[in-house]
Formats: sequence, C-alpha cells, structure tokens
Amino acid sequence: MAESEAPRIGVFVCHCGINIGGVVDVPSVVEYAKTLPNVVYAEANLYTCSSDGLNKMKEGIEEHSLNRVVVASCTPRTHEPLFQGACEEAGLNKYLFEMANIRDQCSWVHMHEPETATRKAKDLVRMAVAKAALLSAQEEPEIDITAASLVIGGGISGLTSALSLARQGFRVHLVEKEPELGGTLLKLDKLFPSGEDSLELLRSRIEAAESNEKIEVHLSSRVKSVKGFIGNFDVEIEEKGETKKLEIGTIIVATGADVLEPDGLYKHGENPRVITQMQLESKMREGSLDDVRNVVMIQCVGSRCDERPYCSRICCSEAMKNAKELKEGNPKREVYILYRDLQTYGTHYSPLEWEAKKRGVKLVKYMEDRPPEVSTQDGVTVVTVYSPMLDEELRLPADLVVLSTPLIPRPEAKELSQMLKVPLNSDGFFMEAHVKLRPIDFATDGIYVCGTAHSPKEVSESISQALGTASRAAIPMAKGRLRTQAITSVVDETKCSGCGTCIELCPYNAITKDEMGIARVTAAVCKGCGVCGASCPERAITMRHFTNEQLEAQGLAALEREAD
Amino acid sequence: MVNSALVIGGGIAGIQAALDLADRGVEVHLVERSPSIGGVMAQLDKTFPTMDCSICILAPKMIECSRHPNITLHTLSEVKEVRGSAGDFRVKVVENPRYVDPVKCTGCGVCSEKCPTKVPSEFQMGLGTIKAISVPFPQAVPLVARIDTDHCLYFTKGVCKLCERFCPSGAVDYEQEPREVELNVASIIAATGYRLYDPTEIGQYGYKRYLNVLTALEFERLVCASGPTGGKLLRQSDGEHAHRIAFVQCVGSRGHRVGASYCSSACCMYATKEAVLIKEHEPESEVTIFYIDLKVFGQGFQDFVSRARDHWGVRYIRGKPGEIREDPRTKSLTLWYENTDTGEVAKTEVDLVVLCTAMLPHESSGELAEVLGIETDEYGFLRSKDPLTSPVETSRPGVYVAGCCHGPKDIPESVAEASGAAAKAAEVIGMSGTGGD
Repeated sequence: MAESEAPRIGVFVCHCGINIGGVVDVPSVVEYAKTLPNVVYAEANLYTCSSDGLNKMKEGIEEHSLNRVVVASCTPRTHEPLFQGACEEAGLNKYLFEMANIRDQCSWVHMHEPETATRKAKDLVRMAVAKAALLSAQEEPEIDITAASLVIGGGISGLTSALSLARQGFRVHLVEKEPELGGTLLKLDKLFPSGEDSLELLRSRIEAAESNEKIEVHLSSRVKSVKGFIGNFDVEIEEKGETKKLEIGTIIVATGADVLEPDGLYKHGENPRVITQMQLESKMREGSLDDVRNVVMIQCVGSRCDERPYCSRICCSEAMKNAKELKEGNPKREVYILYRDLQTYGTHYSPLEWEAKKRGVKLVKYMEDRPPEVSTQDGVTVVTVYSPMLDEELRLPADLVVLSTPLIPRPEAKELSQMLKVPLNSDGFFMEAHVKLRPIDFATDGIYVCGTAHSPKEVSESISQALGTASRAAIPMAKGRLRTQAITSVVDETKCSGCGTCIELCPYNAITKDEMGIARVTAAVCKGCGVCGASCPERAITMRHFTNEQLEAQGLAALEREAD
Repeated sequence: MVNSALVIGGGIAGIQAALDLADRGVEVHLVERSPSIGGVMAQLDKTFPTMDCSICILAPKMIECSRHPNITLHTLSEVKEVRGSAGDFRVKVVENPRYVDPVKCTGCGVCSEKCPTKVPSEFQMGLGTIKAISVPFPQAVPLVARIDTDHCLYFTKGVCKLCERFCPSGAVDYEQEPREVELNVASIIAATGYRLYDPTEIGQYGYKRYLNVLTALEFERLVCASGPTGGKLLRQSDGEHAHRIAFVQCVGSRGHRVGASYCSSACCMYATKEAVLIKEHEPESEVTIFYIDLKVFGQGFQDFVSRARDHWGVRYIRGKPGEIREDPRTKSLTLWYENTDTGEVAKTEVDLVVLCTAMLPHESSGELAEVLGIETDEYGFLRSKDPLTSPVETSRPGVYVAGCCHGPKDIPESVAEASGAAAKAAEVIGMSGTGGD
C-alpha cells in the first residue's frame, strides 16, 4: 500500500477486559480519536489481540482503505508482532503500524484516577496518531550466511566446539598458535573430579578433530585480520608464515588463559622449594616427589588482591586434589593448605574438600591483612602463618611451598579483541553480551566466547560452554539466511563531518569510515539503538522508523491540549 | 530422522535450550509441570551483579517461547513414558486439565475478580494470596487462568460457578479431562531444576515457629515491588518495617547431619544481592551476613562482595549461628554465634532473619530418571555421563541434562549449559540446515 498517499489512519482501542476498560473510558477515547487529523476510522475492541479483534482490524483496513494503523492497548514488547502480523495479512507493511500503551503506562499506574487516566489515554493516542501520519514502509533485507566457523584456540574448549559443529554438519577452521593442539591441559596431570588423565582426555579429542573431514586444523597459526559481519566474515590467518584467506560465517573465541607466574611473591624464583601448582603437577606426573615430606600450599597468591580482585575459581579444588594425592602417595606426609575462603562448590568439587580432610590434609585459614610469610631458617624453608581460629602463629617447615596462582588473561587477548571489535572486562578477560542471559554471546552478532578466555573455570565448565557456543554459532548457519533489522541508522552524507564520534560509541561496531572519511552504517550489524543519532554533533544520523520528524511530531502532540 | 526434540522443564535452562533448538529450525516440545513456564528465575526480584529486574529480562524469553512457530508448550504436563532410542524416541506426555480453554482465555482476570475463594499464592511463596481461579502471576506464559481444584467451591462443594458465568469469552470448562499426547522426538533435554531445602527440621533456627524467620526465596518475594507487600520489608508478625536483617548461609548445605553435604554454589552471592537490595531501599538498615566461607568464585563476584561491604556497609561475619531465639513480646530475633575470625562468642538482635537454604534435587528427579532410563547420583540429582568430560550427556544416548537438575549452579552457568545440551541434541538430528554441506 502506497504510504505516499495521504495518510488514512485507523485507531483500534482495546478494553483489555477490565484492565483498561475498568479505568479508562474507552468509548470516549474512541470518539476522541475520530476527531484527530488523518484519522478516518476508530473502534473499540474487548480484546484487540483475540482472533475476533484481529479480524476486525483486518476488515477495518480493507473497508476503510486504511494505510496506517494505531492500536491503543498494552505493551509493544508482547503484542506488537501480533498486530503487525495482522497488518501484513491485510496487505499493509508492518512498519505502517504504531502502538500506544494505555495499559501498562496508563490504566495500571493510574487505576485510582479514572478521569486523569482517560485524559492521558487520549494524549497517548494523539501522540501515536501524530507519529503514524509520518510513518513509511520499511524493508527487512536478508543476508546469506556462510556455513563455516572459525574457532580460535585449540585447547579443550576449541576442540569441543569444533567437534560439535562438525558433527552438526558445519565446516570448521580450527586455528591454534602452537605447533600442536591441546592448550593448557597438555601441562596438567590428573583432572578432577573424576581423576581422568589429562593427556588421555585430550588425545581422543585431538585424534577426532584431526581425522574429521569437516575440520581443517591450522597449527602454528594466528588470526591476522577480520573484516565483515555475521555470515560474511573475511578472515586472514597466518599459517607458518603464509597468509591464507578464509570465508567465515561465525567465530568462536576459545583462546584460553595463562597461569600467573608469581615472581617475587613468597620468595618464588629465589627459593627453589617455592613452586606453583602447575609445577607441582609436572613433578607429580614425573613421579619426582619421593623425598618430599612437608608440603605447604598457599591459596590466593596474586588473586583477590588490589591488582587482581577476582577469585580464580579452580585453585582451591586443584589444591585439594593435589593435597589428597600427595597424602595417598605417602600418608606420612604433612600437607597444609593455607586459605582465605574455600572455594570448593557444588556436588563435584565439594567432596574434594572432605576427601582431603579425611586423608589428614590440614586446612588453616589466614587473614587477608596477615598473609603467610616464607623464610629460610638454618637452611630449612619455613612458612609462618597466623591462624585467627587458634589465635597463634604457626611455624610450618616445608620441603615444598606450593603457590596457587590464578588464571590470567593472555597478553594477545587485547589484540584479538580489537580485531574482532569485542570488549574485554576490567580484569582483561573477554566480556559477554549479558552476564546472566547471554553468557557466551558477544554483543556483536556471529561471535561467541567459551572457556577460560572468558573467565577462570573448570574443565567441565569449559566443555559445557564450548558446546554452548557450538549451538549458538550453529543457529544462523543452520538457517542459511538472516533477516536483518529494518530499524537501522542512516547517515546524511552531506552533513557528516567524519568526526568519528558515532564509530567510537556504537556498541555493535556497525559504523565504519569510507574512503571519503564519511561514516557508513553496515545495516546487517546495526541494531537501531540510536546511540549514534543522539551523539552526532552534526545531526547527520537518523533512525529509520524513529526519524527526527516522527519523534518531533509525537513530542509536539504530547504538548497539545485535547480539543474537546 | 525426525527433526524434533523434547525439553522437560520450563525454567531458564529449559527455555534457553528450547529457543536455541527452535531458532535453528528444530520442532520443540517444551513440557512444564506447573501452569506457567519461567521457573524460579521468574520469582526472583533482581539478579546480581547488574541488578537487572529478573522477570523483566526473563519475560521476553518466555514470550518468545509462546510465540515461536517451532515451539509447542505443554504446561501442567508430565512425561510419563519414553520408548525408543536416540533419533527416534516415542514419548507419552500427560497434560493435566486447567479447566480453562487456553484458546479462548485472554487472561483478562474477570474470573479472578469474581471468584470468592482465596488461596495462598505459590508464586508469592505463600506470603500472598490469589483466587482459586487465576493466572499464577502477571507475566505468566501462557497467560491463561487455571482452577485450583483443591480450593474451588465448585470442585469441593459443587456450588458457585461464578467464573463460568462471568467469563467474557466462555473459556471456563469444568469437564476438562487429562489428555495423553504421543510425541516422536530425536532427542530429549531434561532441565527440571531443583528444590530448596525446607529448614523446619533445624529446630534451633525456628523456621515456621518464628514468623520473622524466612527463607531466601520468601525474602525475594518480600523485597520485590510486585510482591505481597509491594517491596516493603514488613514483618509477618506485626507488619512493622524490618530495619535489622541477618542472613544465615549454608542452612542445610555443607553439613553432614541435615540437608546436603555440598556447597550450593549460588547462596553467598544471592545473599549479598539481597543485602544490597535492602541497603538500596533503606541505606540505614543494618544488614549482616553470617557465613562459613565466602564463595566468590565467579566472574565479578569478589567485586560485588567488596562493593556490598565497602560501599553499602553490609557486615560479613565468619561464623554460623548456633541458635536463633525469638523475643516472645517483640517477636524480634536474637542470634548466638561464634565469630571464627576473632574467636569471640557474641549475640545480636535483629528484626528479620533470612535462611539461605541448600539446593536439593527436584522432587521429580527420581521418578523422571526412571522414566528417562538414566541414573541419579549419590545425592539424587540426575547423573551426567561423566561430570568431567561429558557434563551435559547422560548414560542414555540422546538424553541430555542442563541446569540445576544435575547439581546446583547459577543462572549464567545454566544458560550456557542449556545451549550446550541443545548442541548435543542437534548433533543427534545431524541437521546442517540449508547452509551445511
């Protein structure tokens, strides 16, 4: 229907049973609507959303040749798609529809003031009508999605994502910077809670990945550049000095984390008896601990402090597991764990605590402001610690002092985050789109995160997340095509000064500068949030469906007075 | 191969799994026991650390489930039988009667207005009432009323029928019968959640004897703007404002006598969130959290606790109260405890105590495991095939688990896992859609 014709607006006012009708005088709102400019038809419905109500809307559109529709009812969040669908069925572009919320924002909040509520309902209808008159039809362009994933990182997370995607039928490019797959787990011994051998776990998955014809493994490789957007990423990787170009639909970040080297902490690097849990794992794997009698483990070394405020989640469980194994190797060993708060949790990791205790591992809490000290007395390494529980200073001789240090972000995370235009959090880990409900998505469509690249976590948790990204990344690829938003921003080239403010502020990285220095919006990436429009100093940017003219008309209508 | 999956449980984990699968073109049957999807997350006030309103971020996903062309909702329904194997399961689902026709009902609320019978609201944890015919909560999905036959006058005494008389769409149907549905699905995801430990048996804490001792989920409703008191912290005993509030951690967790022996993972953080909510409402309140170990193992947790302590002035005391005693006159509560950081034995008087109770296997866990032909673990949770290497798989191929049905966890972990289970479910179907090769 041609929106260029003079607007013919139909207004449908919903009683919503008693929800609106019990407060707002609906018939008078209908009568009022009929007096508004461009309104050629208005009616009341008991429920506009019922099939009866929707049919009446469609009939109204046809009988009265409506080319704009306003529904005054509840919230667009729940009902706009339904009403837009009815418009489309009657041959009207869904963007020629406008909604006035006279329930949540009127009858519900003013339920004790029916007269004022009725007046407000009229105001809201007048505003919606004013905007509706200026609406224009919009298209939702479709883009093709390349059915291939780039998985960055060949540790347990990346391997798991790649294998699941391949089993779901998608091609995968698995990029690993080292000459072999496996990541951090290559350095570990037994894994908790089941005690499975780390290398065994890796071996089966590495073999599966290497023999899967859908997975192309790129070793000694790094991502050089990423351009484009969901479904259409142009990626360059450098593989053993050679540059390769890949066409990619979705990207999974599984780059893992490093373990903090505690240089200068607790005499590490100075006293060879002071080692890290990681080094202890290597020694346990080698079986070179026969003469070790006294072991003192210190938790939270370089974590939960000013420099690194986060807890590294896995160190308490790891210490418990290693302490338990040391006791099992030789029950006469004295093993102490000096901790601040025990972080063993859930049904799989809590038991490590009891098992360690049962085998005689001694747990001593220390205070944040009175940390343990490591010294050498007469050639013997001694850890002194104040126990608040006992109110005394303990002197613990140690053949080995084992420091539990946190997982820290990899230094190359920063460069990758800039390349992908996805954020890092204040700790330097990759930051998800929403902490609760989008834990493995980035705000940028088509890019996902899993494993310790996101934050410290257990192997099983990395596996769950990695599978999760294999589902998230598969969704657009399974569809093959993606309908993009119609409500996107538009740059007026004659006004844009190329200042770049919008590029900085866009949360979705939808704006780039073209060769003329003018801002360009990639419509497939834009979410129409409006941040760019609000911040543009030249007022060069507007939103489709929320143009300045439309919003001004709506705003001015709010200030008008009811004519009757 | 059938292109369909069954998701059991309509909490956040089930919702996420269903949406992931439906979005990629799999036909999903989402089976929920209660009248609405949403689960426990729908009952929460805010979620930490962003302090998002819980129902406000959940409701759009609930609505998406109900509107999605690839999702069929089966509420008030239970899975009774599963035959067959991965790729070709035959599932029997029983849909219990709602006594209201979901096609006709518009959720307008006239029936509830006319209904003379009040019943305790499960959604409000019994702290508020609804009518014997009602929509369980305003954002319920489906937005359809349901008759509580235990309390409805027609069902208990054969009289009334006011709802039928006044329903503007003729949706009330007293004759509805349970309906059996046969489904053919390729894979199954169990996401049936958990239950909270009932602390009544811990006599020294006085839950149910002392009106001002609440559980944390009851407190969520109390502090919520859409709760029974409109978000005011009013005491059950006298309707007075509570200004001094104490939280007790590990009630039924980390013990070997009652409840569960493990740490329930989420309680330290939700207690901190609830403490901050109190302070946001009324900064002068005195809020104390009694804990054993402060579990700050998640992303941003330590920051959140530090903010609660340093900015909001929440008091953290290491030590579990041994006893709570009620002043028979004022109904205020005195907690006796040993501060294990200082060795000091002390007591403190408060207006309200909140017990943070253990997360236990859901009541249906054992029965469901039997129906699904999978195992439960030593605590009664559904058992993963291997908690280390295959966390979302079970001993039966084609059957997966997500969320708290196989152990306590928080919302983001449940959501990520739900997507993980969806990936496994999709692997069974082996579909790559139009774009695969």
